[in-house]
Amino acid sequence: MKRLARYLVFYSVLIGVWLLLAKLKVWPPYVFPTPQGVMESLWAGFADHSFWIAIGVSMKRMLLGYSLSVILGMVLGLGVASNKFLEQTMGGLLVSLQSLPSICWLPLAVLWFGLTEKAILFVVVMGSLLSVTIAMETGRQQMPKIYGMAGRNLGARGFQLFWHVLLPASLPYIVSGLKQGWAFAWRSLISGEMIFVSLGLGQMLMMGRDLNDMSLVIAVMILIVAIGYIVDGLVFRTIERRLQQKWGLTPAT
Amino acid sequence: MTANPTPQPSFSGDHRSPARAALNRWKAGVGLAVLPHRQPEVKATAKVSLQGISLSYKANGGTQLLALEDINLKVNPGEFVCVVGPSGCGKSTLLHLIAGLQQPTSGNVRIDDKLVEGPGTDRILIFQELGLFPWLTVGENVEFGMKMKGISKAERQEKIQYYLRLVHLAKFKDSYIHQLSGGMRQRVALARALATEPDVLLMDEPFAALDAQTRDLLHDELERIWAETGRTIIFVTHNVREAVRLGDRVVLFTFRPGRVKREFLIDLPRPRQLEDVTVAKTAREILDDLREEINKSLEAEYSHEAAR
Ligand SMILES: Nc1ncnc2c1ncn2[C@@H]1O[C@H](COP(=O)(O)OP(=O)(O)OP(=O)(O)O)[C@@H](O)[C@H]1O
Ligand SMILES: [Mg+2]
Repeated sequence: MKRLARYLVFYSVLIGVWLLLAKLKVWPPYVFPTPQGVMESLWAGFADHSFWIAIGVSMKRMLLGYSLSVILGMVLGLGVASNKFLEQTMGGLLVSLQSLPSICWLPLAVLWFGLTEKAILFVVVMGSLLSVTIAMETGRQQMPKIYGMAGRNLGARGFQLFWHVLLPASLPYIVSGLKQGWAFAWRSLISGEMIFVSLGLGQMLMMGRDLNDMSLVIAVMILIVAIGYIVDGLVFRTIERRLQQKWGLTPAT
Repeated sequence: MTANPTPQPSFSGDHRSPARAALNRWKAGVGLAVLPHRQPEVKATAKVSLQGISLSYKANGGTQLLALEDINLKVNPGEFVCVVGPSGCGKSTLLHLIAGLQQPTSGNVRIDDKLVEGPGTDRILIFQELGLFPWLTVGENVEFGMKMKGISKAERQEKIQYYLRLVHLAKFKDSYIHQLSGGMRQRVALARALATEPDVLLMDEPFAALDAQTRDLLHDELERIWAETGRTIIFVTHNVREAVRLGDRVVLFTFRPGRVKREFLIDLPRPRQLEDVTVAKTAREILDDLREEINKSLEAEYSHEAAR
């Protein structure tokens, strides 16, 4: 209850200051929109379904790209972790590649795939693949060895060993990496959409700029933040909490 | 440190020739605490046979730590062998080798005369650290080995019930591992291993964390299962009485490097009890030998401390 009150106070003050600044007309409205204007844009966007469509398109690209990079990242990470040579060579390369903003892959993607869905998928995958790979690799190293031994001792081999033992055993060590991968993928997607692809939230943002509609720009930005927060808070937190309960990493409530 | 240079006579042909066996025993400083009234059955092929096993670990600073040195041991089918020795003498390492989870530096491990090259469900090890899976429930843990073997779901469910009841944990089938006490976890590990129904059961101090009553119960159960199924059991413990209570034979290891110091044939009638006078008496003899090794281990520890 106290927390809720704190949130209420904070956001009322924030919106109050915003209102005040807009009322004082320090900047013209097309530079600095009013809260009412943003609310209206949000309302209108949902009412004429354009936001729903944009969210749908963006989420579809996200799910596709992210699933691909999780699968690829797990295979890659596991491969790197299980081979000394790869670990010493690829490991360093992966970490250094991670410093490359994923939007840098866009020119390459356009040359390879043209202005297509594939290009944007490629950017999304490149945005999160490295985080997932690195998380998987470190997870595999941090995971107590005893689980792998116990699995082999009980007759698990190859894919069975991976699926029934190594993967679940390393999950607590890789959820944070998976979460980070999601955040990176989300950012890559929006930047990618802003630059060229039709539909999607990023393109919505650019449309606001083209129309000189600052309220729309802010409204879409709020949407992007909200979706990112909801996925993080609902999906990943829940997974983390479940894991911790199962493993007894936190005192059971 | 080199008190024991010759290989130990084990259950091999030596026993058929008393004179030769006696000579060997004399040469090796080996005596049997309880002389056998019955000749042990000598089978053509041992169930488990270790030949000249040595293993060294990489220790800190690039040095090698010789954990096991020239281990020769034969275990007959259906035999119950207990291994005792001071902490750090390589008992766990030995079981890992037999389980195929580690490879010896030299020598080889054979099961039914077949070279061990990796783990197999004919041998199941109960780890000292247990290695229960925290992401599975108690029941699913017990199920795991059976699932890997491809046993049908109905049969698995039946066996989960059976083995959990055996270790008195039927009520905890749906609990997670972190919700159990140390002793309960040991029992889950026992159930998980038994449910896989291996020919050879390798047990690494499986009852160390149990209260006396539960341990006595599980001793009885284990002995019963062993007698009924004819499994071969290699049982590591630091409790000499427990070893005498359970074993057909007790193998005593030296402190680093681990070697077979002496073997004791336990020919006491079964069922035995931990409190039996005969068990206590035999245990005391073994303990005298073990104490010598424990002192060595303490000395090693002490000189290490002093050297700092
Ligand atoms: N992975 C490892 N790397 C290096 N040294 C090891 C490793 N595992 C064990 N050792 C060393 O090998 C020796 C034997 O270890 P092991 O665990 O087999 O002893 P143990 O007889 O089972 O002892 P305890 O009764 O305390 O369980 C010890 O001195 C230990 O320090
Ligand atoms: Mg041990």
